[in-house]
Amino acid sequence: MNQNGRDRVDAILLALLVTGMILALYMAFLQTPREKTMGDLQRIFYFHVPAGITGLTAFIVNFVCCVMYVIRRNRWWDNLALSSVEVGVMFMTMVMITGPLWAKPAWLVWWAWTPRLTSSLILWLLYVAYLLVRNYVPDPDRRALMSAVFGIVAFVDVPIVWFSIRWWRDIHPSPMLETGGLSTSMRPGLWICWAVFQVLFIYLLRRRFFLESTREEVEWLVRRAETAH
Amino acid sequence: MLAKILTVFRKDLLIELRTKDSLNMMLFFGIVVLVIFNFALEPIRDSIRSAVPGVLWVAFVFSGTLGLNRMFAAEKENSCLQGLLMVPVDRGIIYLGKMLAATVFMLIAEFVIFVFSLIFFNLSVWAEVPYMILVSLIGTLGFTAVGVLLSAISINTRMREVFLPLILFPVVLPIIINAVEATSVILNTVDYRLLNMPLTIMSVFTIVFTVLAYLLFDYVLED
Repeated sequence: MNQNGRDRVDAILLALLVTGMILALYMAFLQTPREKTMGDLQRIFYFHVPAGITGLTAFIVNFVCCVMYVIRRNRWWDNLALSSVEVGVMFMTMVMITGPLWAKPAWLVWWAWTPRLTSSLILWLLYVAYLLVRNYVPDPDRRALMSAVFGIVAFVDVPIVWFSIRWWRDIHPSPMLETGGLSTSMRPGLWICWAVFQVLFIYLLRRRFFLESTREEVEWLVRRAETAH
Repeated sequence: MLAKILTVFRKDLLIELRTKDSLNMMLFFGIVVLVIFNFALEPIRDSIRSAVPGVLWVAFVFSGTLGLNRMFAAEKENSCLQGLLMVPVDRGIIYLGKMLAATVFMLIAEFVIFVFSLIFFNLSVWAEVPYMILVSLIGTLGFTAVGVLLSAISINTRMREVFLPLILFPVVLPIIINAVEATSVILNTVDYRLLNMPLTIMSVFTIVFTVLAYLLFDYVLED
């Protein structure tokens, strides 16, 4: 796609985001009912859960990119892999901040070493380590291959986070959409927040990806100019 | 295939027996870690047995990381790695041979560290030893399965040896957590059925990591 087409898509996404975020704030704070026992505290749920799902989505995208890079050796996949992890780590950081904020009043502690919390923390550490691998391998092609291999190994933890509240007993709330524990009046709010987070993810991913592609192009031009001298 | 794996293993073993580079380092470091923990745990001297599983695995993992670091760093000297890559076998074979060597070195180090911990912490454990062997065997296999792969990645980085623990520890954390849990069941409870869960998780991780690393090892050693 050319520059103009790209900008137009980004502009549409941005407009969608701004209206979506206002709507999401309205849904989360005003439209949805007050929770019976937790009160307004429960409203953090509309940010915590969508951020978590979006973070995991980003790591799935990264896994696909890593596998594709190993097979195809095309830098396009590597750029997308890097972008998805950076955005994913950001969403996971949101999860790790909103979780303890909710836990302190609800459980009376900031943190508990239960399977769900521990595996989420490990997940966050793994993808920070992935970014470290990228920082410390100087050669671009090596960097792409090394981080792709590490990304594939790191992904082993993602299903564990997803299944942790389904396999083990945990004080972390169980998946309420599946068990039907979530009141129907709260569902539209959750779905809208989830959709807005997905749009935000796609928007950030695109911007980061184009930035990385441009950087790669500049690098290539500089190298060509140097050899021409 | 087994003969080829054993050839790579024998090569590493022979180098180790002649230089005694890694093993000396691993043993010394493991014992130093135990001494430090001995002072750190002074306030809970009366119930020290409950803290031993964690202490043991920290010592195992720290000394094991030192050993893994040498695995490929030593090959880089005098371009031994080029020689190894020219051997006409599948790269996966080299991986399995290296993994076997790393596991054997670690198990030797673990045995010595364990004996020292019995003296330092005044433990009596005769009945528990067979279970301890089982847990350390699975835990060590899981650790080296992914450790050898990441060790090969870390020699590609600017930081070389310093880098390995940074990327290795987050990946092996699930194995370490369950190994500590299993050791704790062995040393501090009577109901050994509680071993099923941690041992299953450790085994699954070990198998998944071994298969992944076997398939991916080809790429990290490419020139």
